[in-house]
Amino acid sequence: MLSKEMYKQLFGNPTWDHHTLQAADEITTRVGKEHLNLSIYPNQIEIVTSEQMLDAYSLIGLPTSYPHWKFGKDFVLNQHNYTKGRSALSYEMVINSNPCISYNMENNTTCMMVLVMAHACQGHNAFFANNYMFKEWTSADSILDYMAFAREYILACEEEYGVEEVERVLDAAHALMNHGIDKYRKPAKLSAREEKERQKLRTSVRHENYNELWRTLPQAGVSSNSKPLPGKNFLEEPEENILYFLEKNSPTLPVWKREIIRIVRKVAQYFYPQGLTKVMNEGFASFVHYHIVNKMYEEGYVDDGFMLEFIHSHSSVLYQPDYSSKHFSGLNPYTLGFNIFMDIKRICQSPTEEDRYWFPNLAGRDWLEEVHNAMQNFRDDSFILQYLSPKVIRDMKLFVVIDEEDEDEYEIAAIHNERGYRKVREALSEQYRRTFYVPEIQVEKVDLHTTNTLHLTHQIVSDRKLIPKETQETLEHLRYLWEFPVRLSSKNRLGVNEEIFECS
Amino acid sequence: MSNIIDRRLNSRGKSISNRQRFLKRVEDQIKKALPEIVNQESLHETSTGGTVKVPVRGVDEPTFVHDPETGIKNIVRPGNDRFSEGDRVPKPKGGQGKGGSGGPGSNSPETTEDGFVVVLSREEFLRFFFDDLELPNMVKKFMENVDSFENRRAGFIKYGNPSRLNVKSSYQQSLARRISLQGVYKKKLERLQTQLTASVDPVEMKGLQTEIEKVNRLVKAVPFFEDVDLRYNHFEAVPQPTTSAVMFCIMDVSASMGQHEKDIAKRFFTLLYIFLTRQYENVELVFIRHHTAAKEVDEEEFFNSRESGGTVVAPSLKLMNKIISERYSNGQWNIYGCQASDDDVWSDLMPMSAYRSCGTKYCPPCSTWPIWKSVTGRRTVHCGKLIIN
Repeated sequence: MLSKEMYKQLFGNPTWDHHTLQAADEITTRVGKEHLNLSIYPNQIEIVTSEQMLDAYSLIGLPTSYPHWKFGKDFVLNQHNYTKGRSALSYEMVINSNPCISYNMENNTTCMMVLVMAHACQGHNAFFANNYMFKEWTSADSILDYMAFAREYILACEEEYGVEEVERVLDAAHALMNHGIDKYRKPAKLSAREEKERQKLRTSVRHENYNELWRTLPQAGVSSNSKPLPGKNFLEEPEENILYFLEKNSPTLPVWKREIIRIVRKVAQYFYPQGLTKVMNEGFASFVHYHIVNKMYEEGYVDDGFMLEFIHSHSSVLYQPDYSSKHFSGLNPYTLGFNIFMDIKRICQSPTEEDRYWFPNLAGRDWLEEVHNAMQNFRDDSFILQYLSPKVIRDMKLFVVIDEEDEDEYEIAAIHNERGYRKVREALSEQYRRTFYVPEIQVEKVDLHTTNTLHLTHQIVSDRKLIPKETQETLEHLRYLWEFPVRLSSKNRLGVNEEIFECS
Repeated sequence: MSNIIDRRLNSRGKSISNRQRFLKRVEDQIKKALPEIVNQESLHETSTGGTVKVPVRGVDEPTFVHDPETGIKNIVRPGNDRFSEGDRVPKPKGGQGKGGSGGPGSNSPETTEDGFVVVLSREEFLRFFFDDLELPNMVKKFMENVDSFENRRAGFIKYGNPSRLNVKSSYQQSLARRISLQGVYKKKLERLQTQLTASVDPVEMKGLQTEIEKVNRLVKAVPFFEDVDLRYNHFEAVPQPTTSAVMFCIMDVSASMGQHEKDIAKRFFTLLYIFLTRQYENVELVFIRHHTAAKEVDEEEFFNSRESGGTVVAPSLKLMNKIISERYSNGQWNIYGCQASDDDVWSDLMPMSAYRSCGTKYCPPCSTWPIWKSVTGRRTVHCGKLIIN
């Protein structure tokens, strides 16, 4: 512990060293704990160069991953954009692991470092540690081990079966990654050790059970009738986890390919909550850094110059261009999330008549408790549906546009007025549902009698069709893993096939 | 307590192997895309531009996605400044406009990229181009050779022909050597002289004088010129582009030449044209097509129109000869004639004798790719024939 003056001096110097970072970590952790009551994973803060940041980008933050050209492609694209000045690199990157690893860019100023540590190491960290999606659908404790295991396994496969063949399997599995997720059944916790043992067991059982003699036994007792009819039995209900289905049921796929599918599936599962909590995650982290740094200022740890730089960075992160601006590229998740969290606080502290009508359960309650409740128990769509208040809609001047394929005009369905609030809220929530960008596709049945054809169904929602060319290409990947013909039919609400894609 | 780790000193290039895998994939794709590019571009384009854009397929990662053009979408946008409920706004024409993509946010991972395009420099493109053709190395080497050189001065060297002796720099070397070698003795002489003047003892004076004479002899013994001094003018052979060349593209357009054969012919012409533009600043193209009669046409017509009829080569070579004597006879032009045909000659005039009618001499044809070459005066005439079977 140093004196406040010493801290002020450390944080007032734009160039930082190890002591500055330690001090920043110490203060942000203390303020986060005392003032915001955050419970977090231990932090592992890594200072990285821009190239290392690009590495982290291409592996989505994971410190290690199996080798694949796709990661190289991401690196090359990001590097190109970065060196051409088309896009800047982010100040930090953080992953959901225990300990929580965050990467901070070396060229951040002291102020940025403090901001970033409050944002990532407190905000995101607390979100990972407490939000139900992350707690129940991912295993932060073992992801790093698991990735090391995955890398080892895939390298071993490359050694044995050749790089090209392994690449082919990975390409195919990646194409179906969005459809390799358990949404309802909570996945078993990952463990690299168990995973290895399971693999060993699988092979040893096969080895032990293989006996040349058994094959020669006459099959007298088994009549064709007593055999369960696989077509009926083996797919009682449609399966939406296509990768899982392939791993378990692909008729002739070798074991090692199934294992690779499993790895891709587990990675997809790990990233599943990230996509569904973008707004909340960024919003909460911004809410946290805003409060921590302001508290530090109140308590006299940082000076006015620091605050000016902080406010500048904070407001550029939260900048939301209007729909008509040339900088517009969709809603900024930082802004939306931050505004909603700030409004929860406002409603608790000084509710208006309107708030009492809209949020009777929030008005007058303890704001910190309510913010924690929101952070822990929601994901983007439910969060917006629950907490997007008329005031935020008015402040951001949100409006709903209906874009119909056959019309020449857009229709403005709702704006920020009394009649529109609910519509805006519903439409926005809808926009963050997974089905908005991932089509609903399920394995329907398998024709086991003659052709082994795999039948998939795409449920058409609000007339949105699939891109034909890409669908065909993805289907070819699916065909590769199934090894028999596949057929995808797009069905509308009435159950009528509108489009059929086939790959035989 | 948190763990703060400085990773900056870690070894670089963590994702090098992934990047290499990606680049290899791109290379494979470029090779696949090459025939298409050659077919799309006209002969001029393939060699004029500094770079070639290759759209690379096979590096995109397809997934099941909604077509943004279809369906009914409710999209929420910020910053309403003029709309009321129920307003209707015309959709912007062309492109998706403001409501089209409906992406969930600025940091959205869903942002689609346009097709992946690789820009190759001329040299890189040619490398792929040659690779793809699987030319034997000898032919590649021939393609890359430059046949005329000019000697340019390139400083001095220590060994050479006496006629190229450079007197001035040789003398400078000799002077420097003499100054440095004699300097030692001259210093010694000076010292002896001062000792001599200071000395009074006659025996010592005698000794000093003999010493001085000895040193004087040594000074004179340093030769005026030695082998190490000699410097010769050096010349370097610099490839000299002959500035102008004319290339005759002669193609058989008889009925037996289908689209496939024409494609091959076009690649053949392109290859030669690219090669020529690397050698010459100014390359003119003459297109002659023939069946039983020959006709000069433009490029468009050359590759795209169809005719039928038999095949006689001779008239086209006669026409080529006529054009040479009319337009390219002043000795400034290197002439390249190449003919593509499926070799259905049913005339009495065999192609070899037909070539002879151009008035050129021939080198024996190289076994894999017949190329005739002759040099008359300053002007080179090359003739080649591609037989498509």
